[in-house]
Amino acid sequence: MSLQATTSQTVGPYFSIGFTRLKKDNLAASGVSGQRITIAGRVLDGDGEGVPDAMLEVWQANCHGKYAHAEDKQDKPLDPNFQGYGRVLTDTSGAFRFTTIKPGPVPGPDGKPQAPHVVVSFFCRGLMRRLVTRIYFPDDPTNAGDFVLNLVEPARRRTLIAKKFAGADGNLEWNVILQGANETVFFDTGL
Amino acid sequence: MTHVPGYRRPYPGTQPNHLHPPYASSIKRSPKQPLVYMPHTLSEVTGPVFGDESVDVKASDLTRQHSGDPVGPRIIVSGRVLDENSRPVPNALIEIWQANSAGRYLHKVDQHNAPLDPNFSGSGHTLTDSEGRYRFVTIRPGEYPWRNHYNAWRPAHIHFSLFGPAFATRLVTQMYFPGDPLIPFDPVFNCTADEKARNRLISLYDWENTIPEHALGYRFDIILAGRDSTPWEDRRSDGVK
Repeated sequence: MSLQATTSQTVGPYFSIGFTRLKKDNLAASGVSGQRITIAGRVLDGDGEGVPDAMLEVWQANCHGKYAHAEDKQDKPLDPNFQGYGRVLTDTSGAFRFTTIKPGPVPGPDGKPQAPHVVVSFFCRGLMRRLVTRIYFPDDPTNAGDFVLNLVEPARRRTLIAKKFAGADGNLEWNVILQGANETVFFDTGL
Repeated sequence: MTHVPGYRRPYPGTQPNHLHPPYASSIKRSPKQPLVYMPHTLSEVTGPVFGDESVDVKASDLTRQHSGDPVGPRIIVSGRVLDENSRPVPNALIEIWQANSAGRYLHKVDQHNAPLDPNFSGSGHTLTDSEGRYRFVTIRPGEYPWRNHYNAWRPAHIHFSLFGPAFATRLVTQMYFPGDPLIPFDPVFNCTADEKARNRLISLYDWENTIPEHALGYRFDIILAGRDSTPWEDRRSDGVK
C-alpha cells in the first residue's frame, strides 16, 4: 500500500515572508569556476502585465556538468564553491535577474549528453502548483540534439532558449510568458 | 548511468490543475498550452541539499523571535515527512509562513484592517530529523478576508514549503485546522478534485503533543513524491525510448 503525495497549494501573495531568507541571485561567487552569465527577464501574465508576486528557483550542474548531489555518480569534479541552487523573487514590474555560470552537459536518458541547461521551478500567486521549465543557452551546437528540447514542437522551442542582449557579453534575456502567442513551454514532471 | 529511475507521478485527481476558475487569480496566470510530458533525467532526480549550516535552530519557534510573546493561542505543529513508499525523508528543509492571530501578514501588500503584532513575524524553518520528524511552535493564525469573490474569507492556514531529496519532490502546500467552518467555502482548499486528498491538508488535533497549561498540538504529516521502481521507458506505451 503506497501513500499519495500531499496536494499542492498556492504560494499566495505573501510568500516573501517565508522565502526571502534563502534568496540567492548570485550562484557564481568568487572562486566558482566557469563562464559568468547573467540571466534577466520578466514574468508576464495573460494580459501582458508583469507579475510582481512570483518566485523562480533554479537548479543546475557546475561547469563540468556535475551536480552537487549524491545521486550524481559521474566521474567529474565537484566545485566546492558551487552549489547550483538559486532563488529570485520578481520586483514590482515582474522583473527578475540572477548571475550564474554556464553549466556543463549532463547525461540524458537516450545515452547522449543533454545540452547545457538550468531547470526552473516557477511559483506565483494564482498558481495552485508550480510550473517547471528549463533555460537553454543561445548558439550552443548541442541544443539541436537535446533530448528534452526535442520533446517540444519546433516552433515553441525558442521559448526555452535565452537570447543574447545586443552588445553585452554574457548577459542573457529569458522571460516567463504565462499565456499567449509566445507562451513559455512548461513541462509535466509530476508534481 | 544514463537511465535514472524517476519519481512517481501523482494519482489522477490528487493534485490541482493549474487553472481553477473559482480562484480568480489562476485565470490569467495558468498556461493555456498543455504541459509537455518529460521523463526525469539526472537534472530532476538531483536537487539542492540544505544542511545544518543553512538552518537556524531557533527558527522553529515562531513565538520566541522577539522580546515579548505574540498574541494568540500557542500551538505545536508537528508531524513526519514521508515519501510515497512510506519511507521517512530525513534532513528535509521545511519553510513555513503565516498570518498573525488577527489574520494579518507582515507584508506590505496586506492592507487588511487588523493589527500587526510587534512580537510576531510569521516565518520559520527547520530540518526534519533522521526519522523525518519536524516540530514548530507558533500561534494559531487568524482567518482573513480576501477579494476573490463577495465576502470571501480564507480559513486559518499555515503555508509549508519543502524540498525533499530532488528537484522532482519540491512541494508547496497549506495546512488547515480541524473544524474550521470556512474550509468548505474556500476555493484554494477546494481546487483539488479528490476529496480524500483535499482533506489530508487538514491537520489533526494532537493530544499527545499538547502541552498542559501551555499549547495545543496539531499533527500534519506530509508526503513527498516517492521513487519509482520501474524505469520510465518500461511504462511508455508510445514506443518512445
